[in-house]
Amino acid sequence: MATFWKPLKDPLSESNPITIQILGICSALAVTVKLETAVVMALALTVVTTGSNLVISLIRNSVPSRIRMIVEMVVVSTLVILADQFLRAYLFDISRQLSVFVGLIITNCIVMGRLEAFALKNPPIPSVLDGLGNGLGYGAVLVAVATVRELLGSGRLFGHAVVPAALYRHGYVNNGLLLLAPGAFIVLGLLIWAQRTLIRHYETA
Amino acid sequence: MPRSGEGYVLAYAGAVCLAASALLAGASAGLRARQERMSELDRRFNVLKALGAAVTDGRGRRLPAAQVNALYAHSVREVWFDPAAGTVTTSAPAAGSPALPVFQWIEDGRPARHAFPVSGKGLWSTIYGYLALDATLSEIVGLTFYRHGETPGLGGEIEQPWFQEQFRGRRIRDGDHLRPIVIAKGAASPGAADDASRVVVDGISGATLTGRGVMSFLNRSLEAYAPYLRAMGKGG
Repeated sequence: MATFWKPLKDPLSESNPITIQILGICSALAVTVKLETAVVMALALTVVTTGSNLVISLIRNSVPSRIRMIVEMVVVSTLVILADQFLRAYLFDISRQLSVFVGLIITNCIVMGRLEAFALKNPPIPSVLDGLGNGLGYGAVLVAVATVRELLGSGRLFGHAVVPAALYRHGYVNNGLLLLAPGAFIVLGLLIWAQRTLIRHYETA
Repeated sequence: MPRSGEGYVLAYAGAVCLAASALLAGASAGLRARQERMSELDRRFNVLKALGAAVTDGRGRRLPAAQVNALYAHSVREVWFDPAAGTVTTSAPAAGSPALPVFQWIEDGRPARHAFPVSGKGLWSTIYGYLALDATLSEIVGLTFYRHGETPGLGGEIEQPWFQEQFRGRRIRDGDHLRPIVIAKGAASPGAADDASRVVVDGISGATLTGRGVMSFLNRSLEAYAPYLRAMGKGG
């Protein structure tokens, strides 16, 4: 049973796509100013990577190896455009805030990485778990970074003011640095350091 | 069939492309009506917000779509102003015509407030919004920005109520003379009060360039609409 859930569990921590493999950094910095966008982006990526893992795993024995990467790109792009269309129809406001980043899931290394490393060699069910695990592992980091940035950068969580007004009257100010890309780098760097120390992950040359 | 044969590869690629395009075409056709409705609803919501209508409930959440649409249909009249002829029509102008769109808030059969679209470059992006004026077309009653890509927390603060509400009640026209809007660098200094030549509002610290962009396109839009302000706001 432990091996059955392994593809789902590993990417949450031990082989987390962001903190261990350092993939998907661009979007992790760009959409983590607010929790709301981070959550929607995490869901969109989870849907895309789970769906593409499933499709590629299903056709893994029939796809000609010479054009396999092109086929992967077609599958991923199709799923991304579908996700984008659904966001536009049902979450109009959020889709506008995410702007180009949903489209850029196509180039997210996590998605292609999982297809090449896992879905091409494994049956559908483990592939779905692997996609789900990587999406959630990515999402967990996004939500963690976004929580710190939104709380300290604008004093809000999910758009609700959480820092009491009394604190502002006593001279507390939001840290504007956290709203900018350098602030995101610092938060993410600290997170990577903390997580690698906790699980004793060391890079080997 | 050999999996590496040219025929197989070509047929496979063709089949994948066909399946993907069928799926996308289906999704696009199925969702288009809803996407257009959402985008139109958002536009109406922002026109109403600029005109000062109550479009959010007590907790700041948007009213349901049906109420927004009903309010819009009941109270807003879309007209076009032809700056050359100085006339106002309710029929959409031909493409390429210089006619300017105006949204009138109707009370007792007469326009009580007037809103028009404003847009231009900020620091990173094009900012879109609506500016609303009172019945005499000389005082601002509302300003909203509904689409932009400015830095959240800095230039993005143009979305904040404190920034937009300071424009309310400002007098931007004396007779035929427009008083340009000046967005200060950071908070306006105490000495920089409004006078006959300008209207001074607080800027956003850390977003001087966004403020400069907003300032220039607001004034440009007011210039463009000046004939409408004069024609419709007599006695103002």
